[in-house]
Amino acid sequence: MTRFGKEGFDGDFFELVLEHPDPQSPAWRNWKPGQFVMVRPTAWEHNPLWGRPFSIYRADEDGLSVFFQIVGRGTERLAKLEPGDEVTVWGPLGNTFAVREDAPTLILAGGIGLAPFAEYVRRHPHPENLKVVFGHRPPVECYPLAKMAERVSCQSCRETCPADLDDFIALLGRVIPDYCRDGLVLACGPMPFLKTVQRIVAEHGGKAQLSLENRMACGVGACLGCVCDHKEEGPVSVCARGPVFWSDEITF
Amino acid sequence: MDMKVSFGGLSLKNPILTASGTFGYGLEYTRFGELATLGGIVVKGLSLEPRVGNPMPRIAETPSGMLNAIGLQNIGVRNFVEKRLPKLPADQMAVIANLYACSAEEFAELAGYLSEQPGVAALEVNISCPNVSSGGILFGQDPKMAARVTEAVKRRAGDKPVIIKLSPNVTDITEIARAAAGAGADILCLINTLSGMAVDARTRRPRLANVIGGLSGPAIKPVALRCVHQVSRAVDVPIIGVGGIASAEDVLEFILVGAHAIQVGTANFIRPDFVFRLVDELERLCEAYGITSFDEYRGSLRL
Repeated sequence: MTRFGKEGFDGDFFELVLEHPDPQSPAWRNWKPGQFVMVRPTAWEHNPLWGRPFSIYRADEDGLSVFFQIVGRGTERLAKLEPGDEVTVWGPLGNTFAVREDAPTLILAGGIGLAPFAEYVRRHPHPENLKVVFGHRPPVECYPLAKMAERVSCQSCRETCPADLDDFIALLGRVIPDYCRDGLVLACGPMPFLKTVQRIVAEHGGKAQLSLENRMACGVGACLGCVCDHKEEGPVSVCARGPVFWSDEITF
Repeated sequence: MDMKVSFGGLSLKNPILTASGTFGYGLEYTRFGELATLGGIVVKGLSLEPRVGNPMPRIAETPSGMLNAIGLQNIGVRNFVEKRLPKLPADQMAVIANLYACSAEEFAELAGYLSEQPGVAALEVNISCPNVSSGGILFGQDPKMAARVTEAVKRRAGDKPVIIKLSPNVTDITEIARAAAGAGADILCLINTLSGMAVDARTRRPRLANVIGGLSGPAIKPVALRCVHQVSRAVDVPIIGVGGIASAEDVLEFILVGAHAIQVGTANFIRPDFVFRLVDELERLCEAYGITSFDEYRGSLRL
């Protein structure tokens, strides 16, 4: 049972602030960026049926929050919740992004894929080693990039026409090689974006950590509805084995 | 009240089981509750060899339900017995193995192997999966085939109760139920998913790569209740009811029409601690309704 507040960003973007489900539990005390929660308002009853998976945007004594964009029926109704409405949350779920304190680290985010990196950036002990490259379609004001830019180097690229996308891919091609062999490359965003990152790092003999999105029903590895193709292990649940995978582990 | 139920050679501390394919191998849910509080779990369908299942996407959300076309992805029966079964509290609740095979002979081989495993309380035979091209539902739509598989499994099952899980995707479910019962089924489980599909009007694509999948969730509860009601009057074999159960009230409805126990399926996805909470909720509801014995309440529907 969870009370909540919410903060609207521009457009269809929201930070949903929930009462922390269990701040003292070991799982929550040790949660790490990259993990996610399943969120499901009680008022949904049986329709929509599934909870919705979201990266953890923030979780501390002030609450738990997720950052999301309205993309369908579930997120549309989540955006309309009022303070006091009950929400069931289960998590933290899944694995996390690697942290290499002294390694140059490139964070690649596409659209709402920026969400898990807010806390990654905030917690990192050596922010001078971090660089964020952010590709997006709606205006940058829709996203919480400004707060991250106070701490680390951020470059934002907006796509308004097909040529912008070509420019962005070219930028990725220039920036990734510097990090993918000796440093660390982390990426979260839409599937085509992750595939592009996977291709570029492979071309340069390196690898990246990719956080996969997938349709999920249970979030705990039981329904087998969110599997991806793991080169060694076969089909594995993104929710339980991931959502973060090394780019050379999986086939899209 | 005494929540224990015994039927068909199976004794459970309460009538609440989890449905195959919705609870993994049990261990996925241990962070949300104590497995030992349940009557038992039915594990993900097991085949002789591991299976990778169908291509993605293989789940779709529908009004009050979901479609799946997982295609029986599983780690294989030996991996289950060696790596998962020892971690389950099989001495405190029933571990029921769900079997999938492409022929009666394969079903018998699975049954023979599992009958030797002390941690397995019963065998549930899946002759009703709509998502595989060979075997699966074909066995469950033909009374002769259903009887043949039942006999083959019974011959090799030793003292383990054999549960035959039936499909609603037939003209007359009582016909298949009679065939399975006549062939020696100890328990019938009904129902498996209803065959269905979902499409996207904008992209003109099906929502499942397999095009057709199995519908589950609260949307199918009326069909499941009808099937349990009809079969409980047609055969003298205990029944496990499953299909859309999402509350203690639903559990009582299934017992009222003749079920000895129930399985919770898709509701495990609605909230992962649901089935654990259900045990207490059922006990409270029985008290509220003045129900003191499941044996007395079962099948007491007033027509």
